[in-house]
Amino acid sequence: MRATAYQRKLDIENGRVDLSHGAGGRAMAQLISGLFHEAFGNEWLARGNDQAAFDVGAGRMVMTTDGYVVSPLFFPGGNIGSLAVHGTINDVAMGGARPLYLSASFIIEEGFRFSDLKTIADSMGEAARAAGVYIITGDTKVVERGKADGLFISTTGVGVLADGLDLSAEKARVGDRVLVSGSLGDHGAAIMSRRQNLAFETEIVSDSAALHDLVALMVAAGGSSIRVMRDPTRGGLAAMLNEIAHQSGLGFRLQEEAIPVKPAVAAACELLGLDPLHVANEGKLVAIVAADMADAVLAAMRGHPLGCDAADIGEAVADSHQFVQLSTSFGGGRIVDWLLGEQLPRIC
Amino acid sequence: MEFCGGHTHAISRYGLEDILPANVRMIHGPGCPVCVLPASRIDMAIRLAERPEVTLCVYGDLMRVPGSQGKSLLSAKAFGADIRMVYSTLDAIRIAEQAPNREVVFFAIGFETTTPPTAVMIRLAEKKWLKSFSVFCNHVLTPSAMHSILESPGIRNIGRVEIDGFLGPAHVSTIIGTEPYEVLAEQFGKPIVIAGFEPLDMMQAILMLVRQVNEGRHEVENQYSRAVTRKGNRRAQEEVSDIFELRDQFEWRGLGLVPHSGLKLKQAYAQFDAEKRFAMHEVRVADNPACECGAILRGVKRPVDCKLFGTVCTPEIPIGSCMVSSEGACAAHWTYGRFRDYQLRRA
Repeated sequence: MRATAYQRKLDIENGRVDLSHGAGGRAMAQLISGLFHEAFGNEWLARGNDQAAFDVGAGRMVMTTDGYVVSPLFFPGGNIGSLAVHGTINDVAMGGARPLYLSASFIIEEGFRFSDLKTIADSMGEAARAAGVYIITGDTKVVERGKADGLFISTTGVGVLADGLDLSAEKARVGDRVLVSGSLGDHGAAIMSRRQNLAFETEIVSDSAALHDLVALMVAAGGSSIRVMRDPTRGGLAAMLNEIAHQSGLGFRLQEEAIPVKPAVAAACELLGLDPLHVANEGKLVAIVAADMADAVLAAMRGHPLGCDAADIGEAVADSHQFVQLSTSFGGGRIVDWLLGEQLPRIC
Repeated sequence: MEFCGGHTHAISRYGLEDILPANVRMIHGPGCPVCVLPASRIDMAIRLAERPEVTLCVYGDLMRVPGSQGKSLLSAKAFGADIRMVYSTLDAIRIAEQAPNREVVFFAIGFETTTPPTAVMIRLAEKKWLKSFSVFCNHVLTPSAMHSILESPGIRNIGRVEIDGFLGPAHVSTIIGTEPYEVLAEQFGKPIVIAGFEPLDMMQAILMLVRQVNEGRHEVENQYSRAVTRKGNRRAQEEVSDIFELRDQFEWRGLGLVPHSGLKLKQAYAQFDAEKRFAMHEVRVADNPACECGAILRGVKRPVDCKLFGTVCTPEIPIGSCMVSSEGACAAHWTYGRFRDYQLRRA
């Protein structure tokens, strides 16, 4: 692309987004090239077209889309940018697919700092590069002050699925094992610790991470014995297992003692009256796996840094009521129900 | 009976029912302030929040509680009322300071545990000269509700289950001490054990109750001695009695009108009393006639005995008080324990 001469350089340190940056004129072009291209840098973006054309290999494609409205925008362990990349990569990966390309759409509130936008865009670029995924097309809109809370991002992801792999909830069978890749509730607890009216001091860090490498190891070890995978984001493990229970017509029985929850997260939840099983995760997955292959898949998970605390937490059972039941560490039993109402708005 | 919603929740959350002997049955009492707040008070709060000049600050668990027309604060908010969720009384003070030209009202509810923070808040508002700040007071008292469970006109219609003893409140008792329960234990001949909220606390307290029953004693014992004394927190009690006084009666969802069971602001603090400031008036509304909350709160019926339970009354759309908050008897059973109903049926 021919370098364009702008009258004034983008003042990233002190400047702010104004309405002209979304108006389609020179200011917008400058913002896109000076900030987003810089951060995402790849051959597709560099061509500057309204769309990106790319080759796809053999096999079936998967596609997913997600909006990110997290508040606050910056939190321990990441920001809205890294979250928007990891979250969409994970939705692609949960189908067993290899993520390839992302699009990113930004809705920016007038007055947003360039410096914050650059930090966010840079961490998107970094997250994408680390995951081997490219952000190849995008869009920028600016809305008046007060019409958006700083910044909203939408990302769409496409990926390619290996032959013969078709993960889906209805494939779960009685006796299947429930595997989780690590400790639950970290993301939600990290966000809560930074909420303005809730702030408490803690070292809890969001678990936001791209899980596709872990998934690739699992698929290599277990193939189609993996019935279904999900990342337990909003509503946590509880919502996710209730969803699968309804879709498969089965129930689940879990062992509370086997479910990994960090002491700091458990304490924060206790303080706020929350159940860690309802709290959001952004770098964890849950897999329902045929019993005979569960140990092999678990071993593969533990061989990856993002799965080193993976655990077998329970099994699928025949239950016409499709209850998710838990044997408490105290020796009693209870239901793990859907989250009721809104536990915490704008967690992701 | 465990009086407190906190205990009810812990029993269900840890599945304690499964590890108690078959001849020990816990009846879930009315000690959940959100549950027992009558629809008429929610209606009052909604009408208040709909006034254009008012910002209403509420604790989050009140947002979904239905008023008489099925409307909640959450739906009023969606229709444009300025309602803010707060986590402490200080948040409400902060909101009032930041918006001096708004009428900021704090929706105060709770038992004796949450009354002192409201008292402190009123003191603070006074000190800061907050002219447009007030409190919609719905604070209620534990001992009078326990009294009503054991003896009230309503019992004649509902019938009575012989409660053998009470697990007394944990946090409430840190404020009021164990002394106020002594007259109840004496008058009704019922043992009362103040219990902490941890599952082990509760198991120990239940054991203490069983021993009292077996030995024919009816005393107030304190299992939660690491936090509760006989006299309680004097400073908090003084603060509360400086600012609040007893109402002649207060309505409880499920229990009806209970004499001397609620607090209001004293005349000296009338400027902070939202009920006076906005000439709010209460229009009593009848509970749904099919709702069995009154009988469930007294242990005469179980949640599954109610025709509404799990059909038209669920935690998503609660009708009776016991379903309103996760600490209510029906909600706890629905959320955590309903699998047992089917086990029983199979067996």
